[in-house]
Parts: sequence; structure tokens; C-alpha cells
Amino acid sequence: MTVQNTDRGPLSKDELAARVARDIPEGAYVNLGIGRPTLVADHLTPESGVVLHTENGMLGMGRAAVGDEIDPDLVNAGKIPVVETPGASYFHHADSFAMMRGGHLDVCVLGAYQVAANGDLANWHTGAPDAIPAVGGAMDLATGAKAVFVVMPLFGRDGSPKLVRECTYPLTGVGCVSRVYSEEAVLSLGGGEVVVEETWGTTVAELQAKLPDLVLRGR
Amino acid sequence: MSRTQFAADADAAVADVADGATVLIGGFGAAGQPVELIDALLRQGAKDLTVVNNNAGNGDVGLAALLAADRVRKIVCSFPRQSDSWVFDELYRAGRIELELVPQGTLAERLRAAGAGIGAFYCPTGAGTPLAEGKETRVIDGREHLLEFPIHGDVALVKAHLADEFGNLVYRKTARNFGPVMAAAARTSVVQVSDVVPTGSLDPEDVVTPAIYVDRVVRVGVAA
Repeated sequence: MTVQNTDRGPLSKDELAARVARDIPEGAYVNLGIGRPTLVADHLTPESGVVLHTENGMLGMGRAAVGDEIDPDLVNAGKIPVVETPGASYFHHADSFAMMRGGHLDVCVLGAYQVAANGDLANWHTGAPDAIPAVGGAMDLATGAKAVFVVMPLFGRDGSPKLVRECTYPLTGVGCVSRVYSEEAVLSLGGGEVVVEETWGTTVAELQAKLPDLVLRGR
Repeated sequence: MSRTQFAADADAAVADVADGATVLIGGFGAAGQPVELIDALLRQGAKDLTVVNNNAGNGDVGLAALLAADRVRKIVCSFPRQSDSWVFDELYRAGRIELELVPQGTLAERLRAAGAGIGAFYCPTGAGTPLAEGKETRVIDGREHLLEFPIHGDVALVKAHLADEFGNLVYRKTARNFGPVMAAAARTSVVQVSDVVPTGSLDPEDVVTPAIYVDRVVRVGVAA
């Protein structure tokens, strides 16, 4: 049964990050994208055994560095200084991306402009003529991680859906996204189906009315 | 003694970089960026360069300064757009610099392939996206792959932590990033280090880049 939490409003950013963290299996090797996905790290306990990978050549990445811990040679993918955890390792860029493409990462968590019902992901380029395209490691992660989770609002600032039948923005990866986490709902994608796992401050029926181009299914 | 040469200073280390050269520049943002070698290249004056780097310069120093001086015709990178990449942004919007955008892992692997003597390779990254346009494709095990070619450098500018007097290198933390693959991918690799230690004082088990990939070393300062 899809849990519909109608006795409260949508999740806060922090609650959403905690909800994503809950779905990351114990002992998983995980890459967190820049921005909101990074917040997930705050909700992973050492007991979970989750190991964070950063594309710039490190496994066992720790929290953001503070004070004397700051070392310009030790940064994350967003170029923010971080710390090591016990058991950490360093490696060069070709090895780091071999880990992704080779299917060794269990989960990556990314942001997105759009996700399609079939799992297509668009998160690197708005397609606007004056935009400067920047892809970084997004396509490698989308292609290589065993599971791709996306954290994004379900609707843009103008109210238009970001979960769509077909992406209109340039694609990052084809059919790669398995879950979408938003303030209102967690949705699973697969076989062209959109399954609503849980909602906050809304119901499956209300979401369906706001996403008329898609067919939502409860559990 | 090995074949690796030790330059007196950064200017001597980059003195022979030619106009039109393809220059591989290590670093991920500021981490591992060989700033002293880039500054020396700026003073040296080589122009019409093709630069390969993960980014397209930060702030006004290092690679950004080289771009600002109009020395770079083309940049090959994965992530040019950053909060402090105003030098590149302005050149790009004015049509004064060419950009080849490459997914980061494909960039690293194309460099690795160059150093490893691989003629080309099939890679699934980017299949079905705009970055696949114009590339040969092949379905392998039911999945579309793109044919990717190596990126050879005329020269690589790399920052490592220590070299021994033989030319073996170790790096520091995430500043390693593109250094090892770039050192191998260039005809001439130039490496700046914080210190040079006697041969034998690096444990052979710890060497990351063996001296065979290192043509020139310059010491630019004391270890951090």
C-alpha cells in the first residue's frame, strides 16, 4: 500500500535527504551529486557502512572540513574541502570513472531538470542558445551506477511538471533513473510505469490530477 | 640516473612549448592545478594552444590567466561553467574560444588510451545524448556504445607532491586526479613538485607515476 501522509505538509529539504538516506542499503558504495544530493551525507551513519565515492579520485569521503582540517588537496566533486574517513583511498581519474562505468557503484544520487517516465534523465544542459554546457561526470554516473536516484521538485517555479512523458531538455542518460525523490512524493520508475511509493501533504489522486500526461499507480 | 631531467625553474621547464601545441593541464579546480608551470607558460608566450583540462579556469589566476591572455584557441574539458569561470564565459560568448565538451570519464579514458597505445575504444557514456552526435556507434551486449579516440598531448603540465631523483612521483590526496594519465599521454611531461627526495627514499610500492612517464621535473616550493 502506498503510504499517503495527508496529516502533514510536504517534506523539508532535510527530511527529504533523510528519506533518500533510508533507501541506501547498508555497506553500499555511493556517489552523491553536487547540490541537494550532498545533503544526504548528513543522514548516513557510520554504522550503515555506506562508503562515499567522489569522482575526483576518492573512496571513503567524509564530511565538509572545518578550521585546521581544510586542505586544498582534499576536495569533493563540488571543490569543497572535505575530510577522510578511516579506510579511505585515493586513485586517479581514469580509475575513478572505471568504478562508475564498470558497475561498481551501487547508487548515485543526482539532481535533474527533467526525468521521463521511462527513466530518461536530463540534468546537464538547459538547451538555451546562450547557455554554456557543462556535463562533468553526470553522464558517466547515469550510465554506470547500478541505481540512479534523482532528488528534484516535481514541479518547476512556473508550475510545469519536471517528471514528464518525454524529456524536452537534452538527455544525460537513457532509461537510467529508478527513483525520484521530491518533497511531495517518492516515485519508482521501471518498465514505463510510475509507481507512487509514499506521499506527503498530498494524495496519489491529487498528484495524478497535477500530472495528467502520466499514468501514476499506487502500491 | 634516469632519463628524467630536472629543470632549474618553471620557466626553463616550459621553454620549448611550441605555438599550436596541445597542452594537457592537470587539476580538478584548484586541486592539483600546476599553477607555477601555467604562469611560466604565460610568460613564455606560446599561443594558439589547445588546452585539455577538466575545467576552463577559475578566478583570474592559472589557466584563467592563460585564457585571458588569448593564448588558447581551443579547450577540451568536461565542466567549463562554474561560479568563478568568468574569463572563459566571456571568451566563449564572444566566440573567441572553441569548446570540445567531453564527459569527464570519457576525457580521463581518452587520455589513458593515449598513454596506453590504444587506437580507440567503445564507451557507453553519452549514448543517446547530444554528445553522441557525429560519433560512430555500435551495440555491444544490447547496449549502445560510442567510438572514442585517444587524446595525445604534445606536452603535459602536472602537479605532483614529491619526486625522487630518479623521476618517480607520488601525489597528495585528491590532487592526484588527472596527473597520472596526463603524464603518460603527452610526448613531453613536465611535472612540478613540492620537493625532490633522494632516490631510494620513496617506497617502490608507493610510487604512483613511475619515472618512465616523467620527462622533466621542477621543484617549485616546500611541501605543504
